[in-house]
Amino acid sequence: MADAPLLELRGITKRFPGVVANDHVDFELAKGEVHALLGENGAGKSTLMNILYGLYHPDEGEIRLNGKPLRIDSPRAAIDNGIGMVHQHFMLIPVMSVAENIVLGVEPHSGPFLDLDTAQARVRELSERFGLAVRPEARIDSISVGMQQRVEILKALYRGAEILILDEPTAVLTPQEAEELFAIVRSLQAEGKSIIFISHKLNEVLKIADRITTLRFGKEVATVPREGATQEGLARMMVGREVVLRVEKPPAQPGEPLLVAEDLIVVDDRGLEACRGISLEVRAGEIVGIAGVDGNGQTELIDALTGLRHPASGRIVVGGRDVTDATAREVLDNGMGHIPEDRQLRGLVLDFSLAENLALHDFRKPPDSRFGWLFPRRLVQRARRLLAEFDVRGGGPETPAASLSGGNQQKVVVAREVSRDPRVLLAAQPTRGLDVGAIEFVHRRLVTERDEGRAIVLVSFELEEILSLSDRILVLYEGRIVGEYQPDVSEEELGFAMTGGLENEAA
Amino acid sequence: MADEPRASTGSAVTEWFSTRIGGVLVPVAATALAFLIGGLVVAITGNNPITAYKAIFAGTGLNWFFPWVSGDARADAANDLQQTLILMAPLILTGLAVAFAFRCGLFNIGGQGQYWVGFIAALYVATNLEGTPRPLHVLLAIVAAIVAGGIWGGIAGALKATVGAHEVITTIMLNWIAIFGGTYLYEIGGPLQGPQESIPRSDEVFESAELWPIWGSLPALHAGIFIALFALVVYSVILNRTTLGFEVRAVGFNPEAARYSGISVSKNYFLALAISGAFAGLAGGIDLLGFKFSVDVGDFGTNFIAFTGIAVALLGRTRAVGILFAALLFAALEVGTSTRQLDPEVFEPALAVDLATMIQALVIFFVGAELLIVYIWRARTLLRPGQAAQPELKQ
Repeated sequence: MADAPLLELRGITKRFPGVVANDHVDFELAKGEVHALLGENGAGKSTLMNILYGLYHPDEGEIRLNGKPLRIDSPRAAIDNGIGMVHQHFMLIPVMSVAENIVLGVEPHSGPFLDLDTAQARVRELSERFGLAVRPEARIDSISVGMQQRVEILKALYRGAEILILDEPTAVLTPQEAEELFAIVRSLQAEGKSIIFISHKLNEVLKIADRITTLRFGKEVATVPREGATQEGLARMMVGREVVLRVEKPPAQPGEPLLVAEDLIVVDDRGLEACRGISLEVRAGEIVGIAGVDGNGQTELIDALTGLRHPASGRIVVGGRDVTDATAREVLDNGMGHIPEDRQLRGLVLDFSLAENLALHDFRKPPDSRFGWLFPRRLVQRARRLLAEFDVRGGGPETPAASLSGGNQQKVVVAREVSRDPRVLLAAQPTRGLDVGAIEFVHRRLVTERDEGRAIVLVSFELEEILSLSDRILVLYEGRIVGEYQPDVSEEELGFAMTGGLENEAA
Repeated sequence: MADEPRASTGSAVTEWFSTRIGGVLVPVAATALAFLIGGLVVAITGNNPITAYKAIFAGTGLNWFFPWVSGDARADAANDLQQTLILMAPLILTGLAVAFAFRCGLFNIGGQGQYWVGFIAALYVATNLEGTPRPLHVLLAIVAAIVAGGIWGGIAGALKATVGAHEVITTIMLNWIAIFGGTYLYEIGGPLQGPQESIPRSDEVFESAELWPIWGSLPALHAGIFIALFALVVYSVILNRTTLGFEVRAVGFNPEAARYSGISVSKNYFLALAISGAFAGLAGGIDLLGFKFSVDVGDFGTNFIAFTGIAVALLGRTRAVGILFAALLFAALEVGTSTRQLDPEVFEPALAVDLATMIQALVIFFVGAELLIVYIWRARTLLRPGQAAQPELKQ
């Protein structure tokens, strides 16, 4: 790291109306280095990288590549200078093949004709060199999200990228896929590529980065080498205060069973059995974690428990009442709280105000309404109280939900569900995409609600979250519960069960 | 690599638009641009756009509001204004028919069919029940129009809710059913044809079912305008002050989140289209009882008032106040360019009608191109600091 840096950003400042997104930020990248850019949502990571990639022009500051000042005014210019970016949301054409997507815009041709053979050969060669294991002929819509991400990486490499910007690359991946991505990053590094790794997850930053630069409120806090860095230290830099990463909770005192499911068989949209005989029991005052890799029946199980999808057979009892054939509204009114998997798609109406969002379940009842007549002012009054109680920042009762940050949006969802005093609280991926501070809030709240005597079901793909919050852990694999564990189980053992190890052993 | 900058700027600018200007800027800019381009076309045809627009404006009757207009000019203006307001009432209602469905995320193109079904139902009631006292007869005919329009919209809604048939397709088909059904009823030899055997025309409504004239006589402005204004209030109240409106809006913005909150999406699709149909049916009812009094089979294929209603809803951004002004604009434009009003010396009447159609189309185009206007605005505000920074980078 003694060499002159490959890339330097000096004093980058970018102002938007009302905010300084980047305030004199310095950042440098050495050749062959993995440099993590760490910060909470809205800390200015994406703005900085969009400047480097030519999507924004900085108000002040300069970019130097190999010591020479460089002006990047478009993504095209960035690519021409060997800078490639893999966005969080992929830009691939689903009906085209991997190779076609990769060469799009820079197609090899013989005369006027597309030379697909050459394209596939070059893609295969690149894929092998970096250990990506991508099949050039496969259609994009037939491969997994993890594979699609590799295609994006290949797209950048194909265009001659020496510097790769990965924008929150693990946000869309399963834990296994994330591990595979880390291996790819290491092999890219071994081949001399330099990588900027944007993240707000502390553990993965410590796993993969050589150096870590932290941003907070658009300012650079510090750049530290990985050696000697700790999760606690990084969290403090990110949030600006001490953060309790470990969830502290007294032992559970389970009471009567509040949620009982018996032999649930649930069919998915394609008519296949997604849940194949699930039985579970959740008692008052305990958190039951449901671990599993995405797509093993979680969605269908949640839908069935919340009345959004009727089970083909089996029985569901909430608080002593059979709700197997109840509608979603009846289930909600019978004491079910539901923090849905995707807050923007399912949890909130983004164009509604916060007051309206908080009333989404209860607007039919007094005091919100009477005989179909709505009282908007009462909605606002309640919202004001809840927003204060749950410390929602970034807007008042009349603010549209869309203008809040992800963490505050999630607080609104949590506030709505918890304030209805549910007997059972079903939390699906409650901290997905949230930053450290918001995760801490949600975790604490779940424990508080547990201690209030609610039965809590936590569905998560994050092993760490399952392990730190749950009082009991159930593993879901291919629509069945294949094991029950205590929270002191090791990650390896849990991972083994999640990937079907137990099934195979038994067979 | 045309990546939309994803950071907060986009939403910040859009938010600024909706909060600061209340969403008025885009419709006003769209209208201004449409008139500007219309003026260019007038100039190309060798006429003076300013004189042409002046003549059109005089033809709308809106100059009646200027206190300095007096004498014969004032009497003319009053006549013209009556025509503008007569046309404005059904435009408000057909605009509401599109807007209400829109708020539920649906596109109701069936206003025309709903209008005719309402018209025919009102006609049936108003040509029967002889001897019913006036206010009651009017009321019954209007209720018939509302119910019939509601059923016609409700059919599309029920199809959407049960089998998922797309409302754009079904409402278009229901338009044709209404148009051909109406033609069948009143054509020569048709079951409801009027007294003259050689004319494909219905009976005249009984006087006891006519809406009260309130101003003028050629034809007179009738009480339907008050019904339309009242409907605007009803629209706004349903959407903002009832649980029904809350559900409709929730479904319109995000059906998935609505479903997760236990709101029945299909029920709301049905209700929204039925209520939309009721607004359009009411438009047919007041047109009949206000100034048409009967129907000629030829009318069925030549009346496009509900399609203009789509433009009204879009330009009015589905807000009650916006719809009021948009309906006034389109009504005035139509009356102001009608051949009766224009002096051929100033502007050829045939061209004037085309000009009205063109301006309507341009307004819709520019409202649809809202994104373009927002984009131009954003480029203007965001590039300014960026450009200032560029010299520093060059050095």
